[in-house]
Amino acid sequence: METPIAVSGLVKTFGRTRALDGLDLTVRAGEVHGFLGPNGAGKSTTIRALLGLLRTDAGDVRLLGGDPWHDAVALHRRLAYVPGDVTLWPNLSGGEVIDLLGRMRGGLDPARRAELLDSFELDPRKKGRAYSKGNRQKVGLVAALASDVELLILDEPTSGLDPLMEEVFQHWVRRAKDDGRTVLLSSHILAEVEALCDRVTIIRNGRDVETGTLSELRHLRRTSIEAELTGPADGLGQLTGVHDLRVDGQRVRFDVEDVALDVALRRLTEIGVRSLVSQPPTLEELFLRHYQAEQVRS
Amino acid sequence: MTAFTGTRHLMRLILRRDRVVLPIWVLLLAVLPASYAGTYAGLYPTAAERAAYLDSTASNPSIVALLGPVFGDSVGALTVQRAGLLVLIAALVSVLTVVRHTRTEEEAGRRELLGATVLGRYAGLTAALLVTYAANVLLGLLIAGGLVAAGLPGAGSLLFGAGLALTGVAFATVGGLAAQLTEGAGGARGIGLGVLGLAFVLRLAGDAGGSGGTGGKAEWLSWLSPLGWAPRGRAFAGERPWVLLLPVLFAAVVALVAYPVSVRRDLGAGVLPPRLGPATAGPGLAGPFGLAWRLHRGQLLGWTVGFGLLGLVLGGAADAAGEAVQGNEQIAEIMARLGGTSALAEAYLGGTLSLTALAAAGYGIQAALRARAEETAGRAEPLLATAVSRTRWLAAHLLFALLGPVVVLAVAGLTTGLAYGLSVGDVGGELPRLLGAGLAQVPAAWVLAGLAALLVGWLPRFSSAAWAVLAGCLLLGQIGAVLKLSQWALDLSPFTHTPQVLGDNWTATPLAALTVIAAALLALALRTFHTRNIPTP
Repeated sequence: METPIAVSGLVKTFGRTRALDGLDLTVRAGEVHGFLGPNGAGKSTTIRALLGLLRTDAGDVRLLGGDPWHDAVALHRRLAYVPGDVTLWPNLSGGEVIDLLGRMRGGLDPARRAELLDSFELDPRKKGRAYSKGNRQKVGLVAALASDVELLILDEPTSGLDPLMEEVFQHWVRRAKDDGRTVLLSSHILAEVEALCDRVTIIRNGRDVETGTLSELRHLRRTSIEAELTGPADGLGQLTGVHDLRVDGQRVRFDVEDVALDVALRRLTEIGVRSLVSQPPTLEELFLRHYQAEQVRS
Repeated sequence: MTAFTGTRHLMRLILRRDRVVLPIWVLLLAVLPASYAGTYAGLYPTAAERAAYLDSTASNPSIVALLGPVFGDSVGALTVQRAGLLVLIAALVSVLTVVRHTRTEEEAGRRELLGATVLGRYAGLTAALLVTYAANVLLGLLIAGGLVAAGLPGAGSLLFGAGLALTGVAFATVGGLAAQLTEGAGGARGIGLGVLGLAFVLRLAGDAGGSGGTGGKAEWLSWLSPLGWAPRGRAFAGERPWVLLLPVLFAAVVALVAYPVSVRRDLGAGVLPPRLGPATAGPGLAGPFGLAWRLHRGQLLGWTVGFGLLGLVLGGAADAAGEAVQGNEQIAEIMARLGGTSALAEAYLGGTLSLTALAAAGYGIQAALRARAEETAGRAEPLLATAVSRTRWLAAHLLFALLGPVVVLAVAGLTTGLAYGLSVGDVGGELPRLLGAGLAQVPAAWVLAGLAALLVGWLPRFSSAAWAVLAGCLLLGQIGAVLKLSQWALDLSPFTHTPQVLGDNWTATPLAALTVIAAALLALALRTFHTRNIPTP
């Protein structure tokens, strides 16, 4: 089975801005792949390039084994896309939009459509202008999830959904995965990513900075150490892999990479330890570290 | 806290948001009347020249139908007539401004954000109305000042400025009422503009019926129209200030309806209940063409009805136009030069049809630009992510840009032929003849629609420049001959090349050439659209 999404060295510029700067992204068949990054990192630009909506400047984009720019129509028959901000036609009902999008993709499953409307508690008779933000997203989600497609591309699809509906969404994504579909899920909600995704790619400034399974990513994080020593905290700052060292008398705080943990602890015991707290950082901190690096730079 | 608490803050918010748009429209409309006055004073310095102009042109029924009645041959009276369309524009802008600051805000949910602060129940409507009223009053004063500066009498200048301002006030209030009725801003705009359209048709029918526009048998129709009141104040021609009580009374009555309605409904809701749509799509809504039909059909129907009515009015006035100027050699000559045939009614019909062609091109441009509007609203992207090619998606909208002008011009030709045929007793002959003449206008309209399409495909950021081109064609056609512009300048407008089908000597070659140009523009539009980024901001 071919790789549903294979992007390498993708570059896209808008005027002087380099929106994508050598991005690599591989999504394997049958997986739910999380796509994370701060606002403006290039997530939506990547997705538009995958959909053949944007002309790329350099790099290679393969979608379901084809070229999304040249074979757009044939490839789009095999995927469904939900944008981050679904806008509807004010004078079309939600049900009409769901059917229209489904038919334009080549048909949707009426039984699943009914089931989706039911579980998302969406009234399909309302006109587009009457829907709230969350309900507009639901229209897009129902249209995508009811389609018989191999690949779902979801760009922050749950913005505006309440926690109950977030649960419903996760249920349907799992079902899609069980049916053998591949999902690319761009998201800001870490709980959602942890709950759903097999692998994750983090992007920043138009580049992928980390890719892997969640447990692989956990290996990349730093452990934070807080200790009270019996002697002066000498020699800690020189160790490679120790970051953000703060010394306050005999109290020290620092973050340490997994590879340097052993050396750092040995140095601490050499000095003498009165108390020690070590904390594995959460996934949140991993993201924050990348996100903050972005803010410092800009 | 009273029902008006917070009005002042909301007014400041509106002024802040409109700090560019509002001064622009006020200033644009303010300078035009004085410039008209200057032009008339320069072109026709003597009373005799102005009287001849009044006879030959100003009292021509098609001019009267379009601009309004003329009550004298003074520079002021002629200026008032010339500025007739400005009254319409002020009314139009007023409706749109009020709806934009009331219902559009509510629909977007921004009103709710403010409603949670200290805000009286009437504050939103009152602020939008007061700002628009103030803009109109300022506009009226500027116009009056400009006219006085141009050397016109003070009383007439003030009366004309007041007439225009109060018409704006009346329609601002109509906008305020319309905004209470529907849930969507589109519907509110539709109601407001519908009232304006009705007022225009009433005034047009009332004024066109009389020879010279004064005291025709249908004039009572003009008295029914809020657009008919400002000219009937007779600025510079025996002023009747009491007539201007009519727009004030009208605004008061409309406001008395709008305010109670505004508090009896919920925020975000309308008086007219939102209708639920079907839970599933009908069989026709299956692709880009089915969708385009849903998106364009309302507008197309509106334009078709409008063109039909226009055709009836203009066709019905044609025979009178011929009689009104019969026996006057000089006018006959002018008309012949303008229209291209010796028969006056024919010249009149030819002239009105070419104006209709410009309006039909306006429909074509509007339909082509709809594709761009869909793109910027984010509604193109999800569709283009389905198995629909860019070419099919754009072609669906362009189909309406092409078929629309055909439909509206055919209808205008038919109704003109019907009304004119009835008045001269030859429906069987006139109907097909004027249908043909209407359809002959289509290729020139296609060229402009094609240009708009090309802009959407190639230079989407500048796609609204198509409107500027239409305005340029209108100016070339209307004043090009008067200004004695050289032929190559006139030839820039595709409408210059439409042959006078009503005459005997014409060839289809220019029509074929225009069609080929339009086809090339469309092909280029699809080609360039195929290779650009979507969405292009």
